[in-house]
Amino acid sequence: MLECLWADLGTLDYQGAVDIQIDTVQRRKRDEIPDHLLLVEHPHVITLGRNARSENVLAGEQQLDRAGVAVHSTDRGGDVTYHGPGQLVGYPILDLRCWQRDVVGYLRALEQALIAALGEFGIAGARVEGMTGVWVEGAKIAALGVHISRWVTSHGFALNITTDLSYFQYIVPCGLAGKPVTSMARLLGSNPARERVIDAVVRHFGQTFDRAMSERQIEVPCLT
Amino acid sequence: MPDVIMPQMGESIVEGTVTKWFKKVGERVERDEPLFEISTDKVDTEIPAPSGGVLAEILVSEGQTVAVNTVVARIEDGLRVLATPVKTTQPQAEPPLQPPTPLPTSALAAEEEDIRSSPLVRRLAKEHNLDLRLIKGTGQGGRISKKDVEDYLARPAAAVPAAPTAVPPPSPATPPSAPTPAFPASPAALFGPYKVEKLSVMRQRIGEHMVLSKRLAPHVTTAHQVDFTKVAKLRDRVKAAFEQQNGVKLTFLPFVVRAACAALKAFPVVNASLDGPNIVYHQEIGIGIAVALEAGLIVPVIRRADEKNFLGLQRAIQDLAERARHKQLKPEEVQAGTFSISNYGSFGSLLATPAINQPQSAILGLGAVHKAAVVIDDAIAIRSIAYLTLSFDHRLLDGAIADQFLSYMKRVIENWGEEIQ
Repeated sequence: MLECLWADLGTLDYQGAVDIQIDTVQRRKRDEIPDHLLLVEHPHVITLGRNARSENVLAGEQQLDRAGVAVHSTDRGGDVTYHGPGQLVGYPILDLRCWQRDVVGYLRALEQALIAALGEFGIAGARVEGMTGVWVEGAKIAALGVHISRWVTSHGFALNITTDLSYFQYIVPCGLAGKPVTSMARLLGSNPARERVIDAVVRHFGQTFDRAMSERQIEVPCLT
Repeated sequence: MPDVIMPQMGESIVEGTVTKWFKKVGERVERDEPLFEISTDKVDTEIPAPSGGVLAEILVSEGQTVAVNTVVARIEDGLRVLATPVKTTQPQAEPPLQPPTPLPTSALAAEEEDIRSSPLVRRLAKEHNLDLRLIKGTGQGGRISKKDVEDYLARPAAAVPAAPTAVPPPSPATPPSAPTPAFPASPAALFGPYKVEKLSVMRQRIGEHMVLSKRLAPHVTTAHQVDFTKVAKLRDRVKAAFEQQNGVKLTFLPFVVRAACAALKAFPVVNASLDGPNIVYHQEIGIGIAVALEAGLIVPVIRRADEKNFLGLQRAIQDLAERARHKQLKPEEVQAGTFSISNYGSFGSLLATPAINQPQSAILGLGAVHKAAVVIDDAIAIRSIAYLTLSFDHRLLDGAIADQFLSYMKRVIENWGEEIQ
């Protein structure tokens, strides 16, 4: 079984995570490192996919500024989304040539891993035909947006654990008007621990993609 | 003329939408360089050029959706431009390096907007007074990453390309197969036959770490001569018994670590890190010991070194060094260092100026202990001498503190009175 290293980067601003992703993607392309699953939590930020329509950001610049929400353009697929505290954002850096050369199959597998992880908490996540993501009773609990270059993936998923859902009012999530969002906390009536969610997501990610998951060791400091 | 086709990105996928062309017709493209991007549902995929040449024709424009295997573009094989060394010894008339002609601020801003980079990168460029147009982006679609800027800053000075005004913009009249501007592909090409080897991951990490450290911290080094005679005599007297009794060799290093711990306690500001506008005083002392490996080095840490007795220190040093060489260190064993020691003396060096192990504030260097003629009370004596150096971050520490620190260590070593068994 192939190895996949995972790392919880904790709270990290969006651009910082982009820089780490780019570095990881480049090293993965050079085959210097195995597949990776980077986990992170972002401060409030609205991100626009390559094909995002600006009308899907509902709030004005000043309003977002006051609310402490940054706005970023990115090269992932999909429209507009929100990231913030209480959300588990996952950036799998996989070489799909070592799995399946199938970008849509990859999205379905990501959904599968998240649905299985949610199952451990008694949440029945499901797919909705034509609307990528994980849904619970008509509300979206996890969003997906992916970029692929030479079969190496970046960007990924955002799962609402205890996300303050009121921030989604500033956008039309994924450009889908009238589709509500939800979180694990809202569905459970209590706040699940982030560590437990990570544990479940990492395990099911490994099972779905048939990877042996191990936590990445820290990079060693060196000096002359 | 090689065709570029809409690739099949998965079993169930029958079509794709071209969302972006990274190249214009007439532009050169290298094999495997991102050529265009397609979008399928929530996935954007960069498609590399199947071969090198000149993009001759774009048949599917941005926004169009076509079936898999549709020809979307054609690439014309140009004459392959080989990276030949500069042919004449006469360097090409190169315009003197000068700052780019000042553009009206708004125009410059607009142009920089065009360059694919993040606000972080633009801020970095501003800080270093860099023109982003000079930097080759290695990110997706030529995006300039933070690392590209750092690499650019770390490049050898000789590789500075001329200011962009010196390179005429490609005019439509230029034949598509015209050679690219004459920068040799590899500086090594100027030095006759060569072979190219990839840097190991460890070397890359060391490089990044060193460049970062030198850029962050203004390094200053001070050196003190320390008389090790008393310690050397003690060591000579007991080393056989010490090794027999404890199973570890007796080296000079634990004496130095011991003295360093005492000095760190006396001068807590040396056992501190800068964090923006704050000084973080570390409550524990973690001494990193630089260990040379076959193709790099690593700095395992003796945690709470001040709480260990002499034997404990010697054991920890030997154990960490041995396991470092056999790649058996645990991640936590290279963490939590608050101060580092480089024992370059073990390779014969008398004096060196090591680089600070960020985010620490200073690093101690231990030169070789050697017999030297020194003057004591107007008489020439033969003593065991070594130079201790302290390279320190001048943002946090000044020479006065550094010299008091080394003087303190010198006193401890020269007047060694501690039992070592």
